[in-house]
Amino acid sequence: MFAYIVKRLLAGLVVLTLVSLSIFLLFWYGPSEPARAMCDSKTSNRCSPEKLEVFTEELGYNNPWASEFGTYVGGIVTGRDITVAGQTTRCEAPCLGLSYSTGKPVWEDMQSRIPATVSVAVGGAALYLVIGVPIGVAASRRRGSTADKALVSGFLVVSSIPYYLFALLAFLYFAVLYELPVIGQPGYVPLTESPVEWAGGLGLAWLCLGLWGCTAYTRYSRGAMVEALSEDYVRTAKAKGLPQRTVVYKHALRAALVPVVTIFGIDFGTLLAGTIFTEKIFDINGIGLWALNAVGQKDLPIVQATALFAAIALIVSNLVVDLLYSVLDPRVRLS
Amino acid sequence: MTEPFLVVEDLTVKFPTEDGLVNAVTELSYSVEQGRTLGIVGESGSGKSVSSMAVLGLHDTRTARITGSIKVGGQEVVGLGESKLRKLRGREVAMIFQDALAALHPFYKVGSQLAEAYLVHHPSASKRDARRKAVEMLDRVGIPQPDRRVDDFPHQFSGGMRQRAMIAMGLINDPKLLIADEPTTALDVTVQAQILDLLQDLQREFDSAVIIITHDLGVIAEMADDILVMYGGRGVEHGPAKEVLTRPLMPYTWGLLSSVPDVAGDTAAKLVPIPGNPPSLLDPPSGCAFHPRCAHSDKVQGNLCSTALPRLEPGPSGPGHLTRCHLSDPATVFETEVLPVIAPDLLEES
Repeated sequence: MFAYIVKRLLAGLVVLTLVSLSIFLLFWYGPSEPARAMCDSKTSNRCSPEKLEVFTEELGYNNPWASEFGTYVGGIVTGRDITVAGQTTRCEAPCLGLSYSTGKPVWEDMQSRIPATVSVAVGGAALYLVIGVPIGVAASRRRGSTADKALVSGFLVVSSIPYYLFALLAFLYFAVLYELPVIGQPGYVPLTESPVEWAGGLGLAWLCLGLWGCTAYTRYSRGAMVEALSEDYVRTAKAKGLPQRTVVYKHALRAALVPVVTIFGIDFGTLLAGTIFTEKIFDINGIGLWALNAVGQKDLPIVQATALFAAIALIVSNLVVDLLYSVLDPRVRLS
Repeated sequence: MTEPFLVVEDLTVKFPTEDGLVNAVTELSYSVEQGRTLGIVGESGSGKSVSSMAVLGLHDTRTARITGSIKVGGQEVVGLGESKLRKLRGREVAMIFQDALAALHPFYKVGSQLAEAYLVHHPSASKRDARRKAVEMLDRVGIPQPDRRVDDFPHQFSGGMRQRAMIAMGLINDPKLLIADEPTTALDVTVQAQILDLLQDLQREFDSAVIIITHDLGVIAEMADDILVMYGGRGVEHGPAKEVLTRPLMPYTWGLLSSVPDVAGDTAAKLVPIPGNPPSLLDPPSGCAFHPRCAHSDKVQGNLCSTALPRLEPGPSGPGHLTRCHLSDPATVFETEVLPVIAPDLLEES
């Protein structure tokens, strides 16, 4: 088990290196001038070709990419001093560089944004399961009934609405036209500041994510339960004289959860990697929104940092799913 | 004479489907006494599993229409409420299924699945009691080192051991009736023999009634005191095992016997499969359900076979041996036409 985790983490490290390297090279050999963003912000948009050349030199774009990538990786581990326009800034480990638009270390901004994104992701993902799975289980037990058919087709309609439209309409109706109490003013307040405002500000975002995303979980868990309920071991459980409750929840649901958990792990990783629409619409300063803005401003270090964060989120959630897998299903041996 | 432990009378099970009504079992009657073994034989779709699942009330009442009567120890099961059925299941009547790998839950330890079966009918027992009972039952069915294997998962058992564990689970509450649905189908032949021996030993020990459902006449010959042959959801021949196997009266039973290979080396014996396919349960053939596949219907006057359903009634060999056939003298047809083909050596010896 331990050896397996170490192996997976090492493999993850390789993936991270490849992800950051590919973005690094994109800026290096890409069509744009990577130093222009920094130059523009330092000269109040009066960046002359001479000044651009100075910034290009300072930011290291005239050096071979390999040595610059080495410096970058070294900075993540030990931190480094970065000098731009005669001004030296101490960038503590994990140093992900200085933002080209603000000149501040990227990690400083990131620290305040990670909790926002994690809050959105955890709440939304929890609702996927809390709403989706019980409805799916209930539908599977009444398979073929009118209620089941209505539910399945109703949820199909909801999930065929594009998410951004769904979220925008929710924002329009519940925050603008009818300002709901508590959740009517979306925004992010750190949990440590005020748990009530934290939950209130994120409530609408959670509900949107949850209601829209749970439809898929209803389908997964309904399908998995229908299959599980027809398994021989469920018939055995019934034949033993176990109460219906035990048959459904202990015997069938346990097996049905395995595929649901797999998909959940991937979805949760994707949510963590950044929920751009949600953050944009509900005014939450998280990683997704940050990445979106950084791309517009050609702020390489931030783009790089958000990509790394997304990769880490996916690697870790996949690892957790695989570990969970071996806990849920004793037949799975990790190696 | 006391009433047999299980009495099934006029049991009919229908499943409404989108294509129409599936007549899975029609007017089936049989009974099993304590200490006796009934073998139910028939091909897939003959209704043998459906009828025995009805004994445990395992059919979903929303999808199955069940009429007739099933009395278990004097108690009527048809229409019985779920909570009363639950007290019956696993305690009075236990069922063991074919393919124990699929029938045991892959995520729970063998021991805890056994213990669960015990605890549900012994609510006052402690978990430790249940575990001890599970170990004891595993030992009883011949699993080596039961105190260690009790903590294994089903996939860590061999096929034969899984079926033994399944039997242990079935017997853990000393049921009065054990229904074994194709208990040896998924096993290789030597393990099959061990499992059958085990079942016989345990039956003697527990003095329970046993129903063994199979399509394997070898299993039936080994185990059964009585045989019920099913075809198209109906009983077509019913009688003492020896009678049915040596002097069968129904052409379908002849067909079953003809399609068993003779391993003992009778090279003159022909392996004759039954032509055609099992009957549709949605739209059963008119008259005798077997007539489209029957080689002997021309011996019946007129077109009786295709127009009138024969009754299941005593044949020429006595009141205990019932057959559902229009042939006026099936015993002679069997001896003169069927036996010479499937077992010529028997005739030479005699």
